[in-house]
Amino acid sequence: MSQISRRKLLAGGIAAVAGVSGIAVAGKIAKAHGLIPPDSSGIYGPGETLTYAAQRILNHHAMAREFSRSEISITPFANEVAPLGDEFNRLQAGRFANWKLTVDGMAARPTTFSYQEIMSFPKTSHTTMIGCEEGWTYIGEWTGVPLSYILDRVGTLPQVRYVVYRSFQPDWWESIDMNDALHPQTVVATGMNGGDLPVPFGGPLRLRVPRQLGYKSIKYLVHLTLTDDLKKFGKGLGSAAPEGGYAWYAGI
Amino acid sequence: MSTTLPIADGEAGRASVLPSSAGAVSKRHTATVRITHWLTTIAFLALLLSGGEIVFSHPRFYWGETGNVNMRPWLNLHVPSSRDTVPTGYGYVLPDQNGWSRYLHFQAAWLAVGTGLFYLLWGFFCGHFRRNLIPEPSDRSLKRVSASIVEHLRFKRPGPEEAWSYNVLQRLSYLVVIFVLFPLMIWTGLAMSFGFDAAFPLPVRLLGGHQTARSLHFIVTILLTLFLLVHVAMIFVAGFRSRMRAMITGRAGRVGAGAFVRPANPERSRSGGVNASDGVSA
Repeated sequence: MSQISRRKLLAGGIAAVAGVSGIAVAGKIAKAHGLIPPDSSGIYGPGETLTYAAQRILNHHAMAREFSRSEISITPFANEVAPLGDEFNRLQAGRFANWKLTVDGMAARPTTFSYQEIMSFPKTSHTTMIGCEEGWTYIGEWTGVPLSYILDRVGTLPQVRYVVYRSFQPDWWESIDMNDALHPQTVVATGMNGGDLPVPFGGPLRLRVPRQLGYKSIKYLVHLTLTDDLKKFGKGLGSAAPEGGYAWYAGI
Repeated sequence: MSTTLPIADGEAGRASVLPSSAGAVSKRHTATVRITHWLTTIAFLALLLSGGEIVFSHPRFYWGETGNVNMRPWLNLHVPSSRDTVPTGYGYVLPDQNGWSRYLHFQAAWLAVGTGLFYLLWGFFCGHFRRNLIPEPSDRSLKRVSASIVEHLRFKRPGPEEAWSYNVLQRLSYLVVIFVLFPLMIWTGLAMSFGFDAAFPLPVRLLGGHQTARSLHFIVTILLTLFLLVHVAMIFVAGFRSRMRAMITGRAGRVGAGAFVRPANPERSRSGGVNASDGVSA
């Protein structure tokens, strides 16, 4: 073996050891800072972890782009939802007076709020873009109660790391980390473009998460659960999306 | 170009002066170029496949910020869709492939970006771009470039000097791919990310909106795919076995095996180094 190739082998060996231990250390730091997404096992785990960690580091305090009212789409697209059923129709016939939002899990005061109570809470508005993973977009003005306000009211315990949320439609549930949950633009939307939130767009209540794709903004919100561990829910991948083959984190 | 193109510039000349004995070999591509080339190939094919699948879920393109089935597209691909909400005129819906396609797309994008960053740093630091990709001073004229275009259009088989050096058209197209098309791809791709736009709104604003970014991402995909097709076609014109061997093993040829050997050219080999893996045209 020549001098040069021995030196190269040594350098390569050192680089490989440094690389592997670097990745291991980076993984430990990422885990300590909550930068590992719940669907990080499996072959696409490295890409998902890089995307989630990079975005959380870069956009920790960033606000979703806001638009002027003149840019609100005249022809938004509601996407299609499965038939909502008789019970929903009864609630709708009663103008959602009997709609409830239950908040449980790691809260000092787990509470079930009525639709009227939610409507009486202080509201905020933002004109933002919603986009589907398919590629289409529209701009709308959403009005709603900041999720952080509701989390304050129920006394969210300090160890809570995720909010799991469910739709009236069975099997439709999602979760977000506290960075998104406490984000000022994350709202329990009650209105859209100046009126009540139309049913095709998720009315009466939709959790609007503007820094992620539309599938994180689930329609017909009925249930919030505060937790420190997503493994307890469903198959442990964080939400229904990864169980159906889609990424848990949808900031891209 | 076989008579006029320089074999290699002065710095490449230090690479090797080969012994002309049978079995002598030399490097056409450095290990860095070969590894980054194949990693990029894997990433690009994964991105192309998954990106194509994603397009099937909404095969319409718009300008500006917004676009959906209630709006007029500038381009409708007239292919079946994997969503029944898209009016395609076809009576059937393709199976939904977006879940794994999006997972794969972003993982492959990380591979492409990581490989690209390493390649750029190495290329600047080690003089790869200056030495092998910036056209030679004697080639920097419209006349030389048009002559090269004519030679390519005639499918002229490259002469032996091209075993060691890229011709001027090849250099220009590689420079466009590396410094224009790939950066545009990353820019337009990131501009479609809601999380990225929140932190950095300027890239998407400069492009003119989310849907413009999506449209440009598709257009640059077409350009890169055209590059890939021409690139592969040129490999067949130049000699598939020798070019593939060069990109896999680094070796351009073997004396006595009918392949090219780096000609010893004392006038061009100003310094006469012996490190065959360093500085050869990649």
